[in-house]
Amino acid sequence: MLQVDLLIAVPLLGAVLALLAGSRARVVALLATVATCGVMLSMASADIFGGASIAGAYEVTEFVPFWALRLDGLSTPLVALTAVLGVVAVLASWNIEERPGPHHALLLMLISAVMGVFLAEDIVLFYVFWEAVLIPMYFLIGVWGHERRRHAATKFFLYTFAASALMLVGILIAWFATGTSYIPDMAADAAGIPSGIVFWLIVIGMLVKIPVVPLHTWLPDAHVEAPTAGSILLAGVLLKMGGYGIMRVAIPLAPAEFVSAQALFAVLGIVGIVYGAAVAFAQTDLKRLVAYSSVAHMGFVVLAISVGTAAGFSAAMLGMVSHGLVAALLFLLVGQLYDRTHTLEIARFGGLGKTLPGWATALTFGALASLGLPGLSGFPGEFAAMIEGFRAFGWWILPAGFGLVLGAAYNLRAVREVSHGPINERWAGLSDLALKDWMPVGLLCVAVLFLGVWPRLITDICEPLLAALGALVGGGM
Amino acid sequence: MAFLLDNAWLAVGVPFAVALTVGLMGRYFQRAVPWVTMLAPLTVLATGVAWFAEGHHHEEGALITKSTAWLFGTLEQSIGIGWRMDGLVAIMLLVVGVVASAVVMFSVGYMEGEEGLPRYFALLALFSGAMTTLVVADGLVGLFVGWELVGACSYLLIGFWFTKPSAAAAAVKAFLTTRVGDVGLLLGIALLWRETGRLDYPGVFSAAQSATPEFLAAVGLLLFLGAAGKSAQFPLHIWLPDAMEGPTPVSALIHAATMVAAGVFLIARTWPIYEGNEIALSVILAIGTFTALAAATIAVAQTDIKKVLAYSTISQLGFMFAALGAGAWPVAMFHLITHAAFKSLLFLGSGSVIHGSGTQDLREMGGLAKRMPVTAVTWVIGSAALAGVPFLAGFFSKDEVLHSVMGVSPVAGIALFAASLLTAFYITRATRLAFFDAYRGDGHPHEGNWTMKVPLVVLALGAVGLGYLGHQIAEAMGAHGEALDLTTASISGLIALSGIALGWFAYGRGADSEAGMESRFLRLWPTLRSAYGFDELVMRAVVRPTVRLCSWTYSLLDRAVIDRIVEGVGSGTEWVGARLADLQGGDAQWYAALLGAGAVLLMALAMMGWQ
Repeated sequence: MLQVDLLIAVPLLGAVLALLAGSRARVVALLATVATCGVMLSMASADIFGGASIAGAYEVTEFVPFWALRLDGLSTPLVALTAVLGVVAVLASWNIEERPGPHHALLLMLISAVMGVFLAEDIVLFYVFWEAVLIPMYFLIGVWGHERRRHAATKFFLYTFAASALMLVGILIAWFATGTSYIPDMAADAAGIPSGIVFWLIVIGMLVKIPVVPLHTWLPDAHVEAPTAGSILLAGVLLKMGGYGIMRVAIPLAPAEFVSAQALFAVLGIVGIVYGAAVAFAQTDLKRLVAYSSVAHMGFVVLAISVGTAAGFSAAMLGMVSHGLVAALLFLLVGQLYDRTHTLEIARFGGLGKTLPGWATALTFGALASLGLPGLSGFPGEFAAMIEGFRAFGWWILPAGFGLVLGAAYNLRAVREVSHGPINERWAGLSDLALKDWMPVGLLCVAVLFLGVWPRLITDICEPLLAALGALVGGGM
Repeated sequence: MAFLLDNAWLAVGVPFAVALTVGLMGRYFQRAVPWVTMLAPLTVLATGVAWFAEGHHHEEGALITKSTAWLFGTLEQSIGIGWRMDGLVAIMLLVVGVVASAVVMFSVGYMEGEEGLPRYFALLALFSGAMTTLVVADGLVGLFVGWELVGACSYLLIGFWFTKPSAAAAAVKAFLTTRVGDVGLLLGIALLWRETGRLDYPGVFSAAQSATPEFLAAVGLLLFLGAAGKSAQFPLHIWLPDAMEGPTPVSALIHAATMVAAGVFLIARTWPIYEGNEIALSVILAIGTFTALAAATIAVAQTDIKKVLAYSTISQLGFMFAALGAGAWPVAMFHLITHAAFKSLLFLGSGSVIHGSGTQDLREMGGLAKRMPVTAVTWVIGSAALAGVPFLAGFFSKDEVLHSVMGVSPVAGIALFAASLLTAFYITRATRLAFFDAYRGDGHPHEGNWTMKVPLVVLALGAVGLGYLGHQIAEAMGAHGEALDLTTASISGLIALSGIALGWFAYGRGADSEAGMESRFLRLWPTLRSAYGFDELVMRAVVRPTVRLCSWTYSLLDRAVIDRIVEGVGSGTEWVGARLADLQGGDAQWYAALLGAGAVLLMALAMMGWQ
């Protein structure tokens, strides 16, 4: 069947067409991303709306060597997230004036490559897509970014490239040790893999991507300099490659090694939660604040993974999808503000709740989602991560509780200093969100609300596979 | 009626739907907004009424529950979310429904002409739904969902006038302070999850029966931390006085009658955890008693009419916790109910005063009784009920509180008697300063329209009559009503009357009396007025150090160390690269060859290390 391949092919084809379409590139890009969503829905709807649980694969295709794709419970939520954020990213860059053709082509290439990462079932293919993601992102930041774009793009590229070079070594060792590059076969033969070295080489690449403290400093620079669409995809889906990679590749290849690393993962997660929140609180630039909040949110994902139970993995998936939506929403709003004011320095705002009431309402919504308010998507994942983390590590997770308070603090501080307070006359004449601005904002808000009210939209899809993964590392449940 | 019971989720669903409708489309039907909003609390009220109408109130175990797996839905140990109707829930729904309806109606007049009314009423509806979620939840997860949502509504409503810096600050302070307590609640939930693997009430309770005392003490204290945050108990009380920045009807609903009482409800709801839990109960008793007494002393010196009521609320919640600590949860619930009536009445009365006179400062009022008769009469009824004047609602419930606490700890009991005396004193002071003697302001105080008067009268009826329903309320909750203890009742009645007399005569000269107090108690008065400087202490000892620590983490660790190393590696490589560039001359094949050689070398090293 061709359908899985379509998830990669449609955006790629869209990229070529967008390059040719010139000024109409945005229309092409929108059609391509919507079509990708359509493919995604057509494949998932039978299971999602039919009520059946998704235990195994949709399908595997093998055309050429290494070309094996699988859309299953583990990849479906993130593939769906990528498809949705693709539409959002295109809408967010609707008014881009500088070379729209190449911009949208790169966006679509990026989406195509990320799809590849989430779908690849062959480790070589996985690695190729993993690296392929870097190239369009490098150019998106380097060409369409802000003042210090060159520096940020280079830093982003070299940092993550160095990490994935280590990953490549790990992958090659595992490949030669097992004689296959097909991930399920490698996992079946996991006993023959020199697990220690393979696990850590691969995991380093993923920890940089997530990122965990102290491997995170490429992230704020990349975000601050990236154009809005770039930030949306960077925070929304690129970071998820790390968490996904741990569950899809690292743990199956070296389950025993993961078990001995659980405590360290927990520490990394908890440190990320507290550190990310504390540093986010100290920011004076709104976009940097949102960037550091990603470190805190991904900390919850790492903590959830470290538990090593099906429930923990389930919490990690919820956390990743939720953060994808919420971070995208916040970066989108930050971008919309920048378009109007050309500054993001928090101290220069104030009273935007009066001058930009629609935008400020959406910001409040996003901030509440980000601090984990129940009913919105952040809550189920963080709540599950906390109670499962406590079950596994007891009072050691107490700092994460402090992180929850700080999380509320930096989000509400942003709302207070930007939207509340006396009206700053300087921004009096700004125009509030127009319909075209509302479309991506509304899409994300609805998704955040739906997932918050009914997290089983995600967990029903992935839990059967996660239960197997939990059993693999002895977590049971 | 049976329909409402079988579909109790409507009591949550209708308010949320109303909130969404009003919030998104309210500006297209501005005039109808309040009346559409009214649907929300009325549904809640009707669900509570339905329980009693269906005669469920005496039958043991006449519960109606429905639940569905919500988290970990397909795993072995899933966490459900659902609803549960019983007497305790039904009574809470009545309280929430009546007060919220009164407040929505009152807001029609009070908020007239304000900007952003759809937002205001949508939040009131959202709050009704969230509070109902908290109450009808069949387990701790549902409760926590409602718990956080009411906090968010509180945040958004305190900050309703968000361009005012003090309101914006108060909103954040309220959310963050209660969040500290919420983390305690969350950890308590996590502890239960680890030990029992269940989070629904029956599962938790059956596990509690066989649990060790240490475990129960830990869970009990963690849940109480959450309760203390929400119910403004020392040392997490600091947000409630600031929360008075919100519109006054909001203070009546959220910060007097319902949300702040959620902590009391939480402990009553999870009573099997506290049954015989000596450690937790004595902590609750101590904190409750201390809060009751300390807040009452602070209320004496406040000049802002809403601040008097705010500290009074903290103090009265302390009475409820003292009763809980004494092991008498039905008594605490009884006081919660009567307090909901008379305190929301007082808050709406203060709203009427503020609306009519344009000030919140007691020193600029005076003589309002003549100009605002309905407000004055209902206020006096509410004050008398609060003071514990015999045969009004507060008298009966406070009598039971005092009696139960005296039975456990005479020291705490005496402290509460002292707090009662202060209560009667400060509310009489406020009453005299606001309503009697000559008018000291320069405005034209006037009564509000009928939408403001009707709620006052309705709540006043509650403040008069609810005390006589003690038995029925206790029985509906499945407990035994206590008879009036005549000794306690006569002492507390006497104390109330003497407190009133003291307050009345001490403030015979209006604002001059207040100035007299200030000069007579030169040291004491500013201390009391600033609430013993505890806010400042928290700012200095907790808030500012945390803020500083955050910015140090960023500048001294994130920038100066971690990122500098990264950048250093980068520029170091650049430097080496520049030297090497002389060798290479930019030949692409060289790069490829070096890259390949590097990879081979790395692999060789790695494989050697593995063998």
